[in-house]
Amino acid sequence: MNTTLEAPELQTVIRLLPEFKDMPGGMLPLLHAVQEALGFIPASAVPLMAEAMNLSRAEVHGVITYYHFFRSKAPGKHVVQVCRAEACQACGGEQLLSDIEKALGCKLHETSADGQFSLEPVYCLGLCASSPAVQIDDKLYARMSTDKLQRVVAELGSAS
Amino acid sequence: MSITLYVPCDSAALAAGADDVVDALHKEATARGISIDVQRNSSRGMFWLEPLVEVVTAAGRTAYGPVNFQDVPSLFEADFLHGGSHRLSLGLTDALPYLAKQQRLTFARMGITRPLSLDDYATHGGWVGLQKTVAMDGADVVQNVLDSGLRGRGGAAFPAGIKWRTVRATVAAQKYVVCNADEGDSGTFSDRMTMEGDPYMLIEGMAIAGLAVGATQGYIYIRSEYPHAIATMNTAIQLAQAAGYLGENVLGSGKAFHLHVRKAAGSYVCGEETAMLESLEGKRGIVRAKPPLPALEGLFGQPTVINNVITLASVPIIMAKGAAFYKDFGMGRSTGTLPFQITGNIRQGGLVERAFGLTLRELLYDFGGGSRSGRPIKAVQVGGPLGAYVPESQWDVPLDYEAYAALGLVVGHGGIVVHDDTANMAKLARYAMEFCAVESCGKCTPCRIGSTRGVETIDRILNAEDKEQPVHLLRDLCDTMVNGSLCAMGGMTPYPVLSALNHYPADFGLQPAKATAS
Repeated sequence: MNTTLEAPELQTVIRLLPEFKDMPGGMLPLLHAVQEALGFIPASAVPLMAEAMNLSRAEVHGVITYYHFFRSKAPGKHVVQVCRAEACQACGGEQLLSDIEKALGCKLHETSADGQFSLEPVYCLGLCASSPAVQIDDKLYARMSTDKLQRVVAELGSAS
Repeated sequence: MSITLYVPCDSAALAAGADDVVDALHKEATARGISIDVQRNSSRGMFWLEPLVEVVTAAGRTAYGPVNFQDVPSLFEADFLHGGSHRLSLGLTDALPYLAKQQRLTFARMGITRPLSLDDYATHGGWVGLQKTVAMDGADVVQNVLDSGLRGRGGAAFPAGIKWRTVRATVAAQKYVVCNADEGDSGTFSDRMTMEGDPYMLIEGMAIAGLAVGATQGYIYIRSEYPHAIATMNTAIQLAQAAGYLGENVLGSGKAFHLHVRKAAGSYVCGEETAMLESLEGKRGIVRAKPPLPALEGLFGQPTVINNVITLASVPIIMAKGAAFYKDFGMGRSTGTLPFQITGNIRQGGLVERAFGLTLRELLYDFGGGSRSGRPIKAVQVGGPLGAYVPESQWDVPLDYEAYAALGLVVGHGGIVVHDDTANMAKLARYAMEFCAVESCGKCTPCRIGSTRGVETIDRILNAEDKEQPVHLLRDLCDTMVNGSLCAMGGMTPYPVLSALNHYPADFGLQPAKATAS
């Protein structure tokens, strides 16, 4: 790790630590706050968080890597989450996923070559009566079709 | 005077474009010089009609839906503000058969009130249960919950009152109430709707639990996939606290109850109560061995009531109307109502709250209106990803915990996922094993390794000439997972797998006789 403590991302982490240091079970809230601020949890922040939470680095690393939600690398500019669960499969979710993989030119858990889109699976957005469901950044889409998804992705891609 | 309209702010309405509809309504009204007052309510739970626009007319709330923002000018043309007729007209909302045929106890306010309005909650029967609780001895509150027969709605169906009694009877300096809002089952959204649409009901239920058992701290563990629920609950807690329903002195009782929202991080197994406790404590969500029971040694090692959202949300009405009122609904030992969620390939998907005892066929056809694709329904998964696939021969069994358990089925959290005849059941069985492999916490071997071997074995069945040996192996593996896993993740993944194998052998390339031979 060559990152120094002067790196702005680490300054952000240092600023967040006091709020969670003494909170009962504060590890997850801290990780959420870091990811919210930076978009991911940099490995260089692990020793800082470990020290503040009085845990070993291995423990902090263990928590980060256990949960699907936490990212250790910066995602693409936009995150496309396609639901893979049963209710979405029942309405063409798997076809939608394979279509969007083609459209973005990347597979699940990957980022498109231009860095615009990261494609991730999600196991249920709670929109099972209006499946298939997709979330792009903070916006939810019900009864998603390949056409509509391609349109949204094209708009987002050209806007940036 | 301006005319009042309601457009839901539930996630499912937002995902269908409700915000665009609201913008279009304002724009069109302004252009026409008409004054309208658009309020954001919770959803009625008829998701094929979202966004559902309701207009308050002299006759009552009149519904139009599903409204696309492009439909708005024509709605104004049709004078919908005075109940005018339009191709999207649905008539009076309360008279819609889908709603009229339900028995909404927990969801009584759903779609009617504005989620964060304390006034709306109070004028629609809210806080009555908490007010009664404040004036009662905790033991009597617990007895009332016991008498109601309320069982855990998260899936395990354990009597809620027994957990409460245990926690109450345990002496400790600090006790906790934890609400499990990690609603990870595909085909379910009743917890999400409750938190987004009627948050004070959950707050009231948790405060009652806290006062009854002597817990002063409560946590709601909400999945990260539900950002709207998290935001609504956080605001609702602040407002309820400011109004004296939470805090150091709940309704002047001299007793404290503080409530906190904790955001989960995308682990399905954290819906298992002990894994959730680990997660709340800031650790990896690894399942704990029981005993000790969480009621004795739960969060931070202290006595803890853990209930699902719907369980806790059912408590206010039990306290308000009495145990006998609630117990009158349902059948046998399955008392009260369950919010069933009809999802997947279904024409009229949504939330149906009914007493236990109705059949799957009623839900699929009387409420659901058959498949969305118009093709025959082939299989229905009841009870989430760990629930069995129910074939048509079992669609007339009453939905009741015991009747289902007797057939090796689970009611679970009331999620119902419909598949039409294009579904490949071998593929869905393989998916169940794959999902278990992705989500296993890794603590016990049957689940951690069994799930991966399960995927491979199903692939062998599909690719092999002689299928007898791999089928035998799959059954043997499932037996090990059912009997050897620490929790329901590994212990119930075989339910969908074996039900698919037993009822749909052709999808595995098997003759019926071969599949059922064990």
